[in-house]
Amino acid sequence: MPTRRRFLATLTAIAGAPFAARAVPAQADGRDFLIRQVTGGGALVREGRVKVDTPELADNGHSVPLRVIVDSPMTATDYVRSVTLLAERNPRPIVATFSLGPWAGRAEIFTRIRLADTQEVLALAQLSDGSYWSGTAKVIVTELACLDGS
Amino acid sequence: MLAIVLIPREARRGEIIPIRIAIQHPMETGFRPDNFGRRIPKNVINSLVCRYNGVEIFRAEMGSGIAANPQLQFYTVAQKSGDIIFEWVDDAGQAGGERAALTVSG
Repeated sequence: MPTRRRFLATLTAIAGAPFAARAVPAQADGRDFLIRQVTGGGALVREGRVKVDTPELADNGHSVPLRVIVDSPMTATDYVRSVTLLAERNPRPIVATFSLGPWAGRAEIFTRIRLADTQEVLALAQLSDGSYWSGTAKVIVTELACLDGS
Repeated sequence: MLAIVLIPREARRGEIIPIRIAIQHPMETGFRPDNFGRRIPKNVINSLVCRYNGVEIFRAEMGSGIAANPQLQFYTVAQKSGDIIFEWVDDAGQAGGERAALTVSG
């Protein structure tokens, strides 16, 4: 039995390998750690299907307009379950998590966020099939959000 | 807490409508000192729920990374006439709510 189990595990690992290779390429450890925190483990996160729309240059980090658009038909069987915003250079990098469903009709959310530094903001979407997709937008912040004592 | 909900007043059944909310709230980060140099405790609206005719259509779990006076916009499919109700609570335990009525034709 254990041998067969080991064999099956190996088989699964081999089968999974090509998909693993297509995962988000290794970035800062911080981001990987954050993503793992959100996905709750070793879930595969692919790049694509998520568009993050922000001004390239935000002259004020206190309030940066941000729009997330997920490419999804938003039908009863194929929809976006949640969207999480991550700003890894913020003191609290998990900005927000939004839950939505097929009744939304359109997978698009707008909000205003704080950015402590020039950075790449990442949006992580979980679809109804459990898969994770991500998109990023780089924002150059000239006046930082007042997150320290200043 | 002062808040405003912006939705179209009328919609056709099946139409995708935008729902917007803006709430007056400092979304205090907890990193800022007051005039006496004491740290102002963190106080943000940590969760917000939107219900359409009693059914939850949107939920937000927020942190200090959301700007002061939080604004949100999302979409929903107009199904039948009724209320769009928002409810939220902040770290200080203060709850708030706001509603808007939607008339659906067709």
